[in-house]
Amino acid sequence: MIIGVPKEIHTGERRVAIVPSGVTALREMGFNVLVESCAGDNADYANAKYEEVGATIAKDANEVWSNCDLIVKVREPMESEIDKMNVDSTLISFFWPAKNESLLKKITTKHATVLAMDCIPRISRAQKMDALSSMANIAGYRAVIEAANEFPHFFTGQITAAGKINPAKVLIIGGGVAGLAALGAAKSLGAIVRAFDTRLAVREQVESLGGEFLELDFPDEDGEGGGGYAKTMSDEFIQAEMKLFAKQAIEVDIIITTALIPGKEAPKLITAGMVESMREGSVIVDLAAEQGGNCALTKPNEKVVHQGVTILGYTDLPSRMAALSSRLYSAGIVHLIDEMGGKDAYNIDLENEVIRGALVTQDGTITWPPPKPKNPGPTYSADSGKRPEKESASVADSKENEKSCPFLKISKIVVMLAVAVGIYIAGSSLPEQDEFVQRFIDQLTVFVLACFVGWQVIWNVKPALHTPLMSVTNAISGIIIIGGILQISRPEIDASVILGAVAILLAAINVVGGFLVTNRMLAMFRQ
Amino acid sequence: MSDNVVIICYIIAAILFILSLGGLSNQESARRGNWFGIIGMLLALVAVTASKEVTAYGLLAISIFPAVVIGGFLAARVKMTEMPELVAILHSFVGAAAVLVGLSLQQDSTAVHHAGIAGTIHNIEIFVGVCIGAITFTGSIVAFAKLRGSISGSPLLLPARHLLNLVIVVATIWLGMEFVSHGVIENPLVPLLIAMVLTGILGIHLVMAIGGADMPVVVSMLNSYSGWAAAAAGFMLGNNLLIIVGALVGSSGLILSLFMCRGMNRSLISVILGGFGTGDGGGGGAVQTPEGDITAIEAGATAQLLNEAKSVIIVPGYGMAVAQAQHTIATITKKLRANGTKVLFAIHPVAGRLPGHMNVLLAEANIPYDIVLELDEINADFASTDVVLVIGANDIVNPSALDDPNSPIAGMPVLEVWNAKDVIVMKRSMGTGYAGVQNPLFFNDNTSMLFGDAGENVDAILADM
Repeated sequence: MIIGVPKEIHTGERRVAIVPSGVTALREMGFNVLVESCAGDNADYANAKYEEVGATIAKDANEVWSNCDLIVKVREPMESEIDKMNVDSTLISFFWPAKNESLLKKITTKHATVLAMDCIPRISRAQKMDALSSMANIAGYRAVIEAANEFPHFFTGQITAAGKINPAKVLIIGGGVAGLAALGAAKSLGAIVRAFDTRLAVREQVESLGGEFLELDFPDEDGEGGGGYAKTMSDEFIQAEMKLFAKQAIEVDIIITTALIPGKEAPKLITAGMVESMREGSVIVDLAAEQGGNCALTKPNEKVVHQGVTILGYTDLPSRMAALSSRLYSAGIVHLIDEMGGKDAYNIDLENEVIRGALVTQDGTITWPPPKPKNPGPTYSADSGKRPEKESASVADSKENEKSCPFLKISKIVVMLAVAVGIYIAGSSLPEQDEFVQRFIDQLTVFVLACFVGWQVIWNVKPALHTPLMSVTNAISGIIIIGGILQISRPEIDASVILGAVAILLAAINVVGGFLVTNRMLAMFRQ
Repeated sequence: MSDNVVIICYIIAAILFILSLGGLSNQESARRGNWFGIIGMLLALVAVTASKEVTAYGLLAISIFPAVVIGGFLAARVKMTEMPELVAILHSFVGAAAVLVGLSLQQDSTAVHHAGIAGTIHNIEIFVGVCIGAITFTGSIVAFAKLRGSISGSPLLLPARHLLNLVIVVATIWLGMEFVSHGVIENPLVPLLIAMVLTGILGIHLVMAIGGADMPVVVSMLNSYSGWAAAAAGFMLGNNLLIIVGALVGSSGLILSLFMCRGMNRSLISVILGGFGTGDGGGGGAVQTPEGDITAIEAGATAQLLNEAKSVIIVPGYGMAVAQAQHTIATITKKLRANGTKVLFAIHPVAGRLPGHMNVLLAEANIPYDIVLELDEINADFASTDVVLVIGANDIVNPSALDDPNSPIAGMPVLEVWNAKDVIVMKRSMGTGYAGVQNPLFFNDNTSMLFGDAGENVDAILADM
C-alpha cells in the first residue's frame, strides 16, 4: 500500500502532511510513501531529505493522486483534487464536514473513505493524534508573536534612565489550547495577562500559567459543553460577558480572541465600539477569523487598521511556522495510521472510538456525525471534563471566599462601629458622675478591646494546635479563681465564703490540670 | 501590696496571657506560649493573694491544695485519646466556679449595696454571670458524658425543642427582671436560683440535641461559654484581669467553632441548635442508598498492598483514637518510609472529637508534622496515590457529600480518597458514622474493607509487613 503526500495547493498554505521523520515511521510500519516534488519546500523539508529516508518523489500531483489509495493532506481537498482521486481510495486530512457539505457530497461520488483530523474525539487516548490541539498550540504562540510585531511597545515593563515603560496588558478570550498557549507566550514576554473563558474548568489552567482569570459577576453557569468544548451561553450571561469585555478593552493593549463553538459561527465578542475605545497602537489578533471572527471588524486573512487599532485576521498562523507545524501534524497522522493497525492489520474499526469519531465517509456513505458515545461518563472524565471541573469549582468557591473577604472586613468594621456607637449612646444615657457607672463603662471598654485582641490573635493559630489552644484557654479561664479568692476573706464564715472556697477548688483544678496537660501535649509535637 | 502594684501585676498577667495565645500559633513557640500562660497565672494569683482584700490565707490554702493534687493527677494520668473528655469536664468546673462566685457575691453581706442604676447594673452582671455559668456547667457535663459514651452520642430530639429553648430563654429574662427590680418576688435569691436551674436545663438540652459528629464544635463552644462566664464574673467583681481573660477565651472558643463549622460547610447557628441528620435542613428529597457488593480484605493482603505501594496516604479518624492505634501506625509509617514509600497523613478539619484531635495523637506517636497535611493541601494528591488507608473515619471520606444533594452532609468538604488506586477502610462493622449516613465509598470497586478492631488490625498489618 502506498501512502501519497501531495503538495498543498491552498493559497498561502506552507505545511506538508508528512515530514521525513514521519516517512521513516510509516516505512517501519511497512508502507511505501510517495511524496509530490517540492511538497515540503515551504516547510523547509526539501526533496532530498525525503529521498534520504526512503520516500519516492513524484514529479507532479497527478502521479500522487493516481498511484495512491491512501492520501494524507493538511487542508481539506479542493474540488480539483477530488477529481484526481482514485475510486475507493482513502483520504486523511482536515475536512470540517459541518462547514463543507458540498465537498462531502462530492467526495462520496468517488466511493471514498475520509478520516477527518478535525473530528478525532478529544479523549486522553487520542491526544497523540489530536492535530487540532497541536495546531492551536502553534497558533496561540504565533498570535502573540504577530501581535508583538505590530505592537509599538515592549511587552515587559522596565524602569530605565530614559523613563518608565509600563508592561503591556494582554487579554485572552477563550482558554482552549490556543488561548493557553498565547497566555504562556505573552506571559513569558513579560506582559500582564488576563484570560476569560465561559468554562469554569479553565480557571485553574489559566492560573497555573500565571494568568489572571477574569470572572463575571454572574451566578454560576458553566460553559462546559462536553468533550472539552464550550457551549452557547444564555443571553444574560452574554450581556454580562460583553460588559466585561467593554471594560477590559479600555484597559488592555492587546486582545487575542480564540472563542469558537463547534459547528457554529464564532461568537462576536468585540464590537466596533470596543475597538474604538482601545488605545492607539493596540492590537487585536482574531484566531477565530476563519469561522467569521470574534471581532466585528475582523477581515479573514487581512490586517485591518481601524482608528489606530490593528486587527489581525490571519488564518494561516500555524502555516507561518510551517516546519514545526508540519512536524507535529505529521506525527498526528502517523499515530492515526498506527491506530488503524499500520500496514499489516490496516482496517477501519467501527468499534474503535477514535476511528469512528474521525470517520466522515466510508466507501462513499456519509458516516458523519458519529453516534454519541454509549457511555458518556468515562469519556468525559478521561478528558479534561468532569473531574477538573469539580476541582475548579471548588477552587472557584475558595476564590469566592477570598473575594468576599474585603466585604467581610467591611461588615466587621460596620459591626464594630455600631457597637461603639451603641456603647456611646448607652453610656451617655446613664447618669454622669456616678463612680460605679463610670467604672462599668471602663470595664466595657476593656472587654471590647480584649475581645478584639483575642479575635486577632487566635486566627493565626494553626489547626494542628487547636487542641493545645483549647486546653490553654481552658486553663487560663480558670482565672475565675480570683473571683473566688476575693470572696473568702470575710470576718466570719458565711454562705458567701463557702461558695467562694468551692469556686477556688474547682477553678484551681482547672488551672493546674489545664496547664500541665497542655505542657504534656506540646512536648509531643516535634519537627 | 498596694492596690497600684496589684493592678500593674494584673496588666502584666494580661499581657502574658495574650502572648501565651499568640505563642500557640506555631509549633516552635507553642511551649513558650504555655509557659507565658503559667507565669501569668502565678503572677495573678500572687498579686491577688497579696492584695489587701485577701486575708483568709488558711482557707485559701485548704481550698487550693487538694485542687493542685487533683489537677496534677488528672493531667498526668489522662490518655491522649481522652483529651476531649478532660477538656469538657474542665469546662464544667469553670462554669460551676462562675455560678458559685455569682451566688457568693449575691450572698455577700459585707459588700457595698449600690443604689439606683449602679445597683441595677451590678445585679444584671451577677444574673448574667450565673446564667452563663450554669449553661456551661451542665452543657459540659453532658458533653463529657457523651464523649465518654456514658450516654448515647446520637442527638436527643424532643418535640418542639426550639419552642422549649425559647420558653426557657423568655422565662429567664423575666426572672432576671424580677431579680433586678424585686417586683413580684420579694427575696432576690429565689429568681436567681430558679434562673440558675432553668439555664442549667437549657445547657443540658442544648448539648443533648447535638449529634456526635458535631462534638468538636460543641466542645469549643463550651470553651467559649466558659470564657464569657469568666468575663461576667470580672464585671461583677470589677476586676479587669478577669474581663480580659474571659474575653480572650470567649473569642478564642468562638473562632475555633467557626473554623470547624466552615470545615463542615454548616452554619454555627444550625450546629448550636442541634438536630443534625434529621433532615431539618435537607432538601426534602430522598437520600440515595448505595447498593452493591463489599470487598473484604485481610490484614495480610493489606500489608502486601502497602509493601508494594509507592505512595500511601493515611486518613485517621476517631476510630484510630478509640483503638489507640497511633503508635502502631507510626511504626508502620517508619517502615514504609525506610522502604522509600512516600507516606502522608490527611487530616480533615473535623476528624475526631476535638479540634486538632488527630494532630495531637499523631504528635504523641512522634509522626513528623511535615507529613501531616490538611484537607486543602492534600485533596489533589489522592489521584496519584497507590494506597489510601482509612482508619476509623467515615463521614469525612463520604463521597455523597459531593454528589448527593439530599445527603445530610451534602456540601461538606471531604477527603476525596476514592480517587486513589486502592482504598482500604478499617472499620468495626458496616455501621454508619456519627452523622448516621451510609457511605457509598465502601461499595466502590477500588475499596476494600478491613473489618475488626483497628488496634488489632494495625498490629496484624505490622506483623505481616
